Amino acid sequence: MNDLFFARSQMAMSLGFHIVFAAMGIGMPVLMCVAEGLHLRTGRAVYLDLCKRWARGTAILFAVGAVSGTVLSFELGLLWPGFMKEAGAIIGMPFSLEGFAFFSEAIFLGVYLYGWKRLPPFMHWLSGIVLACSGILSGVFVVTANAWMNAPAGFKRVGEKFTEIDPIAAMLNPASLHEVLHMTLAAFVASGFAVAGVHAFFLLRDRRSEFHRAALGIALILACTSAPLQIISGDFSARSVAKLQPAKLAAMEAHYHTEAGAPLFIGGLPNDELKTIEYALRIPKGLSLLATHDPNTRIVGLEEFPRADWPNVRIVHWAFDLMVGCGMALLGVSAWAGWHWWRKHPLPDGGWLLRVLVLASPLGFVALEAGWVVTEVGRQPWIIQGIMRTAEAVTPMHYIAVPFVAFTLLYFFLAIIVILLLRRQFLESSHV
Amino acid sequence: MYELIIAAFVLLSLILYALLGGADFGGGMWDLLACGPRAEQQRKAIAAAISPIWEANHVWLILVIVLLFSAFPPAFAALMTALHIPITLMLTGIVLRGSAFIFRKYDSQGVGVRHRWGAVFGAACFFTPFFQGMVMGALTTGQIRCVDGQVTTGFFAGWLTPFAFACGVFAPVLFTFLAATYMTLYTRAEPALQNDFRRRALGSGLALGPVALAVFLTSKTGAPEMFHGLTQWWAPLLLTGTSLCAGTALLALWRRWFVLARIAAAAQVALILAGWGCAQYPNLITPDVTLHNSAAPEATLRLLTFALSAGAVLLLPALIFLFRLFSHPDNDRDAPPKSEP
Repeated sequence: MNDLFFARSQMAMSLGFHIVFAAMGIGMPVLMCVAEGLHLRTGRAVYLDLCKRWARGTAILFAVGAVSGTVLSFELGLLWPGFMKEAGAIIGMPFSLEGFAFFSEAIFLGVYLYGWKRLPPFMHWLSGIVLACSGILSGVFVVTANAWMNAPAGFKRVGEKFTEIDPIAAMLNPASLHEVLHMTLAAFVASGFAVAGVHAFFLLRDRRSEFHRAALGIALILACTSAPLQIISGDFSARSVAKLQPAKLAAMEAHYHTEAGAPLFIGGLPNDELKTIEYALRIPKGLSLLATHDPNTRIVGLEEFPRADWPNVRIVHWAFDLMVGCGMALLGVSAWAGWHWWRKHPLPDGGWLLRVLVLASPLGFVALEAGWVVTEVGRQPWIIQGIMRTAEAVTPMHYIAVPFVAFTLLYFFLAIIVILLLRRQFLESSHV
Repeated sequence: MYELIIAAFVLLSLILYALLGGADFGGGMWDLLACGPRAEQQRKAIAAAISPIWEANHVWLILVIVLLFSAFPPAFAALMTALHIPITLMLTGIVLRGSAFIFRKYDSQGVGVRHRWGAVFGAACFFTPFFQGMVMGALTTGQIRCVDGQVTTGFFAGWLTPFAFACGVFAPVLFTFLAATYMTLYTRAEPALQNDFRRRALGSGLALGPVALAVFLTSKTGAPEMFHGLTQWWAPLLLTGTSLCAGTALLALWRRWFVLARIAAAAQVALILAGWGCAQYPNLITPDVTLHNSAAPEATLRLLTFALSAGAVLLLPALIFLFRLFSHPDNDRDAPPKSEP
């Protein structure tokens, strides 16, 4: 347990905390815009009610997201000055653009939350659209910066120096497209299912509540359309990672030995010493098929890389399986809900589907967190893939355990308060 | 050349952060200090004024940070290393301020709980600018030294000095003055409330004098380069301008010319920060890190300048729209709308 360990833990904890709020900040405005748009079209009060309720929750989530995001932007320097000193000039561009997108998000959130009486209805709805677009854009820009760490581009390395810097090429690095797609969809899947689960829970208590039926319908549209798309984008991501970061792919699949027609291992206990995996479900040729869409391709195993360049195989493999498992479960739920809608048209009122939706509620966020573990832990020991090691970037500051513990406690406390407050908003709304 | 443009943008963002975000902190402190028969009304008015805009105002700080690490990466790395401790403390303040404010608004449990959130909010509104002032002061002390971009003076240099401490006290006092002055306009429909804020503005404006003197006196030994900067040809002009604005603001508050008071107070704050920027030029971290020796390659700076200009063109109308929309309380629909400074 050294300062590097605590610096990594603090970054992981801060990101893991912030990302929940960031994803809700992307998903909720979309839901609110749909609800408000339906209100404008149909004139039904229930949609307006719903929109205002969602707005209350969004206000809480957005505030905590904004401040925890600020912490992250400082932590880039507080924890990783060695990284920022070199990378700042290269990936500052997406961060600056994100700054503007976030600016517009904050402005139109204020307009949206407090402008109900001050703006004509259509203008108010329009400010919601701007809010939703800015939210998506902020996420896109930040993720391109992360993609650059995985697939660095837009510079030349001469000795220790970074020269011929091209920030645009850095932003449009080879990992940007798949990471941006996967993360944006993840935000929709996670927030959609989380919201759907909450309203399904209240519908189980009161099947006739117009309010919760409307809410569930809108949330399910977002969740059930993005979940299948997310599987396709996941496949695209896996193939990109296979090309760009073979060591990460090998760790994701606990794939130690280079071979053609490589099998896919699900679950199990990877053993780095023996380079084997025990108790895993083995699907012949699965990995080759997954990584290249050809069952006989040769897939590079971890044995090709120096041991010092391996990520933590167990964490990455389990996190990957957890992510895929949740994704598949949500695909199943989407299919069920879709079939229900197709066959019977009205919204689900079958108790079983509602119960499953309640159970599935956290799975989107579980998948999202697990996915970030795969991306970030899978990139280790590099902070810039193949260029700079995380250990070289860490701050010389000592006793990083102190801020780590302090921020963990603070965030833990905030998380409890946020959950209690959201719960209260929903309980109040159940009387509507 | 480009580094100068970006540095000017950074200074401008810093000034806007002080004028807008700073006033939000000031409002929080007045929330904590609310007293008298209209204490609850004061709190309500402050909350109503801040609620729609504080998140947008906060983004100026993020912009400053992002510009620093994009355009002056080694300076950012050194700053975050040498001042790790006060910056971390400031961050806890930022987290607690924002969360406590929104929790208080949505926590409907009862008055007791709300007051507890209010206390956290108010205290964070003091500590955050206190550490911000301290960090700004520390940058000018000349005690943080770097060799080849590596900080050599450890983690306690600069910020534990009387000068940095004076700067730390100066920032919150300045922000209380700014907030109270703004609030006199916001509460123009309620004369009693307006008078409360007028008295607070006058009080904090007068308190600013001795604190500013303390900053000036401690700077002679605490920030010699800064002090030297303030004795150059342009300094008397700037000092006169700042004092004139301060005097005008106080006089206008006294005579109840609230629009003039707001303009003068904002100009005063802008001039103080502009003066700090000029005295600091070309240093970012006195004396080793300058905006020239830490600037990113020109390709980055050129693109950033372009992005900033385009962003400004898109954002400024939106910001003005936001401020016009919320320049008056709900019950005051007939009053002529006034834009923010």
